[in-house]
Amino acid sequence: MKRYILLFLSVSLLILSCTETNPSGPDPDDFDRKAILENWADNIIIPALTDFSEKTESLKTAGNNFAENPNQQALESLRDQWKAGYLALQHVSMFETSKTMEIRFRNNLNIYPVDTAEVKENINQGNYNLKLPSEIDQQGFPTLDYLLYGLAGNNAEILSFYNSGENSSDYRNYVVDLVTRIDSLTDIVLNDWNSGFRDEFVNNSGNGANSSIDMMVNDFIFYYEKNLRAGKIGIPAGVFSGTPLPQNVEGFYSKEFSKELFLESLTATQNFFNGKHFNSETTGLSLSDYLDFLNTIKNGTDLTQLINQQFEESRAKAQNLNSSFADQVEINNSLMLQTYDELQKNVILLKVDMLQALNINVDYVDADGD
Amino acid sequence: MSTTSISTYLNSYSKAAPLAVFRVFFGLLMLISIVRFAVNGWIQKLYIEPDFFFSYYGFDWVQPPGEWTYLIFAVCGLSAIFISLGFKYRFAIITFFLSFTFIELMDKTTYLNHYYFISILSFLMIFLPANSYFSVDAARNPKLKAEFIPSWTIDAIKLLLFIVYFYAGLAKLNSDWLFQAMPLKIWLPAKYSIPLLGDLLQQSWVHFAFAWGGALYDLSIPFLLLIKRTRTFAFVLVVIFHILTRILFPIGMFPYIMIISALIFFDSGLHTRILDSISTIFKINLDAFNNSERYSFESPISKKFSLSIVGVFFLFQLLFPFRYLLYPGELFWTEEGYRFSWRVMLIEKAGYANFKVVDPETQKRFYVDNTKFLTRFQEKQMSTQPDFILEYAHHLEEYYQNHGIENPEIYVESFVALNGRRSAPYIDPKIDLTTIKRNLKSKKWILPFNDEIKGL
Repeated sequence: MKRYILLFLSVSLLILSCTETNPSGPDPDDFDRKAILENWADNIIIPALTDFSEKTESLKTAGNNFAENPNQQALESLRDQWKAGYLALQHVSMFETSKTMEIRFRNNLNIYPVDTAEVKENINQGNYNLKLPSEIDQQGFPTLDYLLYGLAGNNAEILSFYNSGENSSDYRNYVVDLVTRIDSLTDIVLNDWNSGFRDEFVNNSGNGANSSIDMMVNDFIFYYEKNLRAGKIGIPAGVFSGTPLPQNVEGFYSKEFSKELFLESLTATQNFFNGKHFNSETTGLSLSDYLDFLNTIKNGTDLTQLINQQFEESRAKAQNLNSSFADQVEINNSLMLQTYDELQKNVILLKVDMLQALNINVDYVDADGD
Repeated sequence: MSTTSISTYLNSYSKAAPLAVFRVFFGLLMLISIVRFAVNGWIQKLYIEPDFFFSYYGFDWVQPPGEWTYLIFAVCGLSAIFISLGFKYRFAIITFFLSFTFIELMDKTTYLNHYYFISILSFLMIFLPANSYFSVDAARNPKLKAEFIPSWTIDAIKLLLFIVYFYAGLAKLNSDWLFQAMPLKIWLPAKYSIPLLGDLLQQSWVHFAFAWGGALYDLSIPFLLLIKRTRTFAFVLVVIFHILTRILFPIGMFPYIMIISALIFFDSGLHTRILDSISTIFKINLDAFNNSERYSFESPISKKFSLSIVGVFFLFQLLFPFRYLLYPGELFWTEEGYRFSWRVMLIEKAGYANFKVVDPETQKRFYVDNTKFLTRFQEKQMSTQPDFILEYAHHLEEYYQNHGIENPEIYVESFVALNGRRSAPYIDPKIDLTTIKRNLKSKKWILPFNDEIKGL
């Protein structure tokens, strides 16, 4: 037996000496993956969240002002803050963390279509609990969309719900509850990043299913595929149902913002891919640089360029869309479907080509391989 | 070889210790594997949670029996204990073979060459007298007890290991592996955070060294293990190689199984010492098994039967991996004849399959959300393998027939990237997959591979 213990010892020594006698590679070859995480956290995610939380703060103020004094001017101001917040949300929605999943951040803020019947019942009965998973489609930006634009055909009638209706105070309270909840959920997420999670995120720079890069990339692609491609374009265009579903458009009641929201989200995803700092022209390390480094794509074309090109194709196609997607799918759905097709091409580049090059698995099952 | 030398060989005997050691460790490692599988929650995740399971052609009748799946795993684990003890060995090894193979047949999503290896190895062991020495059976049955067994019963295991290594080496003789270092070039750089090795794995020359070293290892190791002078050196290589693969890739128990299996190549002296140590620990009287008897089969017929089965088994093992020659097209692309052939770690495929359902009556068309039907793991496997795609399309056909579309047409828009190449269209998008029958014939509806991979 001793001989074999000796054998095992010499083997482990051999493995060690193999690695130690060869100096580690020259620096240019050594891509710093941790720097990607730092760029994401410090220059994109936290600034975008900070900006969003300022906007939700203003939204909360505007909501309270409106509730105290529900006139035309307060309504306009609340609508402005709502829109600014909704656009800012497009820059943070894709970033999932264990905290955002725990509080269902994305769903609580932006699930549409709104269940208007339930919203009315909540207001009339007063016995709602917005923390329940069953009530995600009765709050957030889409429900505000309904309450600020969709209650009636014109502003005067909408305002009458808040100042002269039989339960106008319940309407006002509901608006306050919604803006308060949006703001407090956002604070939870931002505080999480600012109080320790940032370091945890950046230091989890290893490889494997639970590393920051793998998880972020999976979430990024999930967001692009489900929320951007399907949620904003595919589902209303009837790609999954066979018939267009105009009421499933983002910003359905305000009508004119669905295109703007979509384009903002498209820009945010492209910026993330390229590592572009939030609200700045500077770019830092991100997936595009990582791909350039790996450059395992062999037949001449580089993947970073292909993906960026496809982002541009999608944007160009979407320029021709009506600012209201609900109108668009009813007037000329084929243009909507063409936009979907352009978005779809990037799903393949991101999910097949990029994931292969980065060697990140789409599944989280850490089963054995060959 | 003349017939007399064959019959001399078949009537030659060796010490039974190597096969007994093999049996003890095989049972033990299988037990650990099963327990590990259960502890990781994989029974639940892989066999109970999914709504749909992919079947091997002709084995659609093998389906996970819901919660009873745990029982199959329990039976499999228990039989592994019996094998290790050599208690009711024949019954135990048959039970193990059947339960393990049943588990593997339940869903081909989880196919691994390692699992196939375990299945056929346990099948082979049914016909070997692994319980004639150092076993409960032999202790209780003096007629069975034998210090010597036919040499071929030990050599059969060596031959199987020989085939596994050598065929795995042959499969590496292709241009992607040798001249592009693919798919290692994709896999290794991602292991940047491994201590000491991480930086090295970023270097191109390391990828090529691993590729050529791996091929050379697989092709030469069976010979180095067979030759007495190089055996110890070869075993050191086996340990290094498998520990490295364990560090670099998620391959579970397999490295340990291969390291322990390679012990069978050593002379009986080593095995006797191993059994000695075990005997000392568990206070077993090893000498009681040293009765100088030769193992004799229950009857001449049972000997002939065992020999013929083992003969046919090896003929099959030698030929079956070459069935890919019967299919046109690039093997790595179509994967027709890819499984059960010791093609290990040769391809990195990523895919995307988008299914379109058309109702010919209303001309209504829509796309399927795969996550409604498959787990992410199943979807990943499905999107790169044609037989999965077809089976899934048929499943969708049945589903939509039950949901109001009398005669749905199913099309797939699919893209696959192979070994770092740009993704390319995979299945003909104009083919209504409901019109295609599942069979083993060449699949004409796979689009051609626009590149060439040279080699075996």
